[in-house]
Amino acid sequence: MADAPTAEEHRGTGRRRLASGPGLLLVTVYAIITVGALSRSLYQLTTRLDQAPLAYSLSAVAAVVYVLITAALVRGGENARRLALGACVAELAGVLTVGTWTVLDPSAFPDTTVWSGYGMGYLFIPVVLPVTGLLWLRGSRQGRRP
Amino acid sequence: MLTPLTVALAVTALLLAAWCGLAALRGQPTKDWHFGGMAVVSLLAVGQLVIGVVLLARGERPAGDTTAVLVSYLLTVALCVPVTGLVSLGERTRWGSATVAVGALTVPALQLRLHDIWGGGLG
Repeated sequence: MADAPTAEEHRGTGRRRLASGPGLLLVTVYAIITVGALSRSLYQLTTRLDQAPLAYSLSAVAAVVYVLITAALVRGGENARRLALGACVAELAGVLTVGTWTVLDPSAFPDTTVWSGYGMGYLFIPVVLPVTGLLWLRGSRQGRRP
Repeated sequence: MLTPLTVALAVTALLLAAWCGLAALRGQPTKDWHFGGMAVVSLLAVGQLVIGVVLLARGERPAGDTTAVLVSYLLTVALCVPVTGLVSLGERTRWGSATVAVGALTVPALQLRLHDIWGGGLG
């Protein structure tokens, strides 16, 4: 089995790669969700912020969190791993809070966000992803050599 | 008029996803034949992008003011498979194949959204 290359480093930089093996799959899904959330949010903010300010602002927050995690995973290294870990916790807290909020008080959200109904519109990927991310980042901690 | 292409693209992308997913399950990296499959899906996607842009240039508009959304979907569809394919060249393990499978799965998901936008105005 050649699928435990977590000790591999970026050539020359000395940073441990986070985006290899299973991490590559994770970063791919994060990248796709980032493109979706970011472009959707830019479009909403620039064209019709007044229609659903709360929903669209939360979409923007979600997009920023996704950008942070994707960038950290691509960069690699211990600092990036910690940053990604923090962002994953924020993402999980966000999706649980906003998810519960949209279920309890749908009238506050005339339009949906990425995190509405725990990410229902995105096949629940927004709620599964941070959990997977946390597990992967815990497993690839510095000093843990396979 | 664009429904046949939308369906063809969604089906071939699903087949590619299944094929690469199978390779991932078997622990294999992407091989030449997989790249052939990626080329087919990518060509269909670029064709869809060109047709979409031509229709927009002719003055046809999707429902609502969603031209920007439409173009961004078309671009994303055209990029998903080639980009994940390139990534799989750098990761010669099962995880490279799994990445292409995820990229290919994005295509039918976006086709559904495209169909919603297009159904209301274009074609």
